Amino acid sequence: MSLIEFKEEGLFCPRANVYIDPWKPVAKAIITHAHADHSRYGMKNYLAHPWSIPVMKHRLGQDINTQALDFHQSISMNGVKIMLHPAGHIPGSAQVSLEYKGEKWVVSGDYKLENDGISTPFEPVPCTHFVTESTFGLPVFDWPEEEVLEEQMHRWRASLVESQKVGVVYAYALGKAQRVMKTMANTGARIFTHAAVERTNECLEHNIELPDRTEFNSDLKKEELQGNIIIATPGSMGARWTKKIGPHETASVSGWMRMRGTRRRSNVDMGFVMSDHADWKGLNTAVKMTGAEKVFVTHGYTEVYSKWINSQGINAEVVKTAFGDEKEEQNEEQKELK
Amino acid sequence: MKNFVTLIQQIESQSSSKKRIDALVEFFEKSEPADRLWCIALFTGKRPKRAVKNALLKSWCAELAQLDDWLFEESYHVVGDLAETMALLVPFDGAGGLKSKLNEQIKALLPMKNFNEEEQKEQVLAVWKNSNHFERFVFNKLLTGGWRIGVAKKNLIKALAIFSGQDETAVAHRLMGNWDPSTTTYHELMESDMDENLARPYPFYLAYSLENDLKPEMNLKDWQFEWKWDGIRGQIVKRGGECFVWTRGEELVSEKYPELMELGAHLEDGTVLDGEIVVHDGASVLPFQLLQTRISRKTLPKKLLAQAPVKFIAYDQLEANGEDIRALTLEERRRQLIRTTKKCSSKELLLSESIELKTWQDYEDLRLRSRAFRAEGFMLKRKTSPYEDGRKKGNWWKWKLDPLSIDAVLIYAMRGHGRRANLFTDYTFAVWQGEELVPFAKAYSGLTDAEFKEVDSFVKKNTVDKFGPVRSVKPELVFELAFEGIAHSSRHKSGIALRFPRMARWRKDKTAQEANSLEDLRTLLQLYEQQPSRTMSPKSHLIQLVQVVKADENIDAAELKIIQDYAKKHDLSIEDALNDELPQMEKGDGLKSWYHLLYTCLADGEICPSESASLMEIGVNMGLDVSALRKVIELSHQNGTVPLTDEELNAVLD
Ligand SMILES: [Zn+2]
Ligand SMILES: [Zn+2]
Repeated sequence: MSLIEFKEEGLFCPRANVYIDPWKPVAKAIITHAHADHSRYGMKNYLAHPWSIPVMKHRLGQDINTQALDFHQSISMNGVKIMLHPAGHIPGSAQVSLEYKGEKWVVSGDYKLENDGISTPFEPVPCTHFVTESTFGLPVFDWPEEEVLEEQMHRWRASLVESQKVGVVYAYALGKAQRVMKTMANTGARIFTHAAVERTNECLEHNIELPDRTEFNSDLKKEELQGNIIIATPGSMGARWTKKIGPHETASVSGWMRMRGTRRRSNVDMGFVMSDHADWKGLNTAVKMTGAEKVFVTHGYTEVYSKWINSQGINAEVVKTAFGDEKEEQNEEQKELK
Repeated sequence: MKNFVTLIQQIESQSSSKKRIDALVEFFEKSEPADRLWCIALFTGKRPKRAVKNALLKSWCAELAQLDDWLFEESYHVVGDLAETMALLVPFDGAGGLKSKLNEQIKALLPMKNFNEEEQKEQVLAVWKNSNHFERFVFNKLLTGGWRIGVAKKNLIKALAIFSGQDETAVAHRLMGNWDPSTTTYHELMESDMDENLARPYPFYLAYSLENDLKPEMNLKDWQFEWKWDGIRGQIVKRGGECFVWTRGEELVSEKYPELMELGAHLEDGTVLDGEIVVHDGASVLPFQLLQTRISRKTLPKKLLAQAPVKFIAYDQLEANGEDIRALTLEERRRQLIRTTKKCSSKELLLSESIELKTWQDYEDLRLRSRAFRAEGFMLKRKTSPYEDGRKKGNWWKWKLDPLSIDAVLIYAMRGHGRRANLFTDYTFAVWQGEELVPFAKAYSGLTDAEFKEVDSFVKKNTVDKFGPVRSVKPELVFELAFEGIAHSSRHKSGIALRFPRMARWRKDKTAQEANSLEDLRTLLQLYEQQPSRTMSPKSHLIQLVQVVKADENIDAAELKIIQDYAKKHDLSIEDALNDELPQMEKGDGLKSWYHLLYTCLADGEICPSESASLMEIGVNMGLDVSALRKVIELSHQNGTVPLTDEELNAVLD
């Protein structure tokens, strides 16, 4: 019996009788983080990092059964030692390790190696089997340094002040939005958050400190908005309120902005290459640091990335499920591709 | 280059055309004339010749980035643009690699094609290592010759008009023609006396589609109705005793149409005609397919001229007695045009007929029969209108036939390419024959990105089976396919082949059961099948196609496909055609020439992996040996544009 099996419902540990980020309703689920493609409705019991739980309850309902597990604390399920480790993806995001008789699996969920200042930074966990994502598993994805991004955002804000325009940043409500808030607050801009972003902020604020901001409403005067920043979700692009805020510029914040084609097609004035996922180098570093003898690749450029890992002398394969390798829904960055 | 790189960056990041125009004006103001000239040249499609083979660039880039070739190709496949892929993969971020001026940079590139590989590599790497990602991208664009960074021509003209203080019509006229940036100056192009350039055509006036709600307001008496012919829009310019034939794409095609040069000899000096180049047997217009055999051919065998003779159907006259008469009304210009055609003794010049009927209903009835005349519908022109330039609304409308359409069920899906590489966007459709779904068409375009996403997720969730890259899916989704033509084909299981099929809309309101049947398609076939040319059997047409292609070094994948499709459509084998009709050519030689052809296509173009896969497919269909083909493709990657020698090919075939 393998410690982890890839089943129709998702990743399953038969010995512990628990699933990780399952796609279908099951009795016990460990959730790596609160993004919708990992944390789904319908599980009888959820185990997650304490920071994830308020967001999950907000999204899935206050009545879900949850159990919190801090980083580096272990629980045992039928002899399997289970721990959470920081994944650096968004606040509360965790890698799950499962250990039994010398075999140790790490399911990384989504992760990135850069310290974004709001998520607990990624920690490599030595293991025998590593399940990695590959959202940006191609060598063309190479993220700029944090300072370069900050500098770009500073310059953009300065140009907004000069032209007396509002800056509208489209960012995913959980993770990306808070990162943008933090960087933008450093530019001295006033931050306005759109409702979906603000509800998520409220969930996160139980546990982490976020910059001062005001929830956007249509009564705000144009003068108040000028030279300042509104953060909204990509779904609200072109919404009616955007036509009432006066002259403004738009920005997208995503790893996909690295490619000229997606940047242009996104129809925004500005594209910031900022991602919550590891870039090519990040993935490679993470895989090496685990020292894993076997790597499973999911979420993204699975075929290419596993072929590459194999060519590096590490045994890798694409995660297969009962439905084939593509049952997984798109993750938040893939959704941004539209 | 700094100004130019900034310009490109601004153009790329600005979503409003006003800002793009501002950026262009700013560039023109800041730059010296030679840079302005090259900038205009690049944005009007006049790019410098490729100096270094793409295959070499790829290999240097892969080497610098320490990537295997397959990984480079995968990256290219996803990015979809070679220059950008290389800009992203080179692992350096430097400064100072580019020359300070655009024209200096281009002049430095021009002699590179005579350098040996080592020298080329040294120069390219020096730039790559000493530039940032975006500078590298612009440099690579210049280097690979694939300049597809877009500024709408309209906007370029607006910017130049603002900068130079001339009106837009004059600027548009100046940019026409085949001026060469390496021999022209900015002054000659933009500031010289207009009469100096005899060949210069006028900007074409183009029409938008007729908006149906306009019809009630239009008084039929004010409008001239003409057929909208399915040919190539062109201009014949006769000045200083010389004749020039231009296409709407501003390509000078005089040599390709000796019939029209002959026509020109009978025109008076100082005459410019606007019209349609069509294949015409003296009695009627022949299918566009035949005209395709004349496009982009360098050699014109007598047989081809006899099989696809062209004529010019004149719509309008723009210059008479050396005077620009575009400002006159259509009625006045038409009187002039009638005089000109009467005076001209050439049989190749025809006058576009003005169709006079009484009611909209009469026109509607005739329009629906356009296909029988080989027209695509009507052109409506206001009788009092001047000849404008560019695409404008108001005075001219095209009233085209609706495409044919049919509701079909999605049954197979394949991944797309470029930005769609991760999505299932290439579909095969089927119609009902009894209880069975018979595949009959493939289509890749017509849906919005959001719809493609939705279909993609449907495909992933409803895959029934996988055959290589192809998924068969639960037959559930129904799409309306639109197409321009329908023909018989014994190669397809359905017995039917469509011309230009695309998805017109997703019929979410229909279930698979409600899709059309093969019977419905057959009815359409009976009504609308495009008859093969009366003057030539499909087989001799195919042979002639093969001959012309073989005589031409510049064929590309698209043209090969035309031939392949033609052969398929008429259930002919290219190989048989070669063997039957060209007995002097040994079978082996016939096949060899196809290897040469495929090699040329691969070696010359900016061909991406999926295109080379479709060439492979063509080769295999032609009966070429797969492993030999692979080797030829490898050779083409190694050699770049160097021709394949017979020894090399023989070695491969052994
Ligand atoms: Zn995530
Ligand atoms: Zn995810």
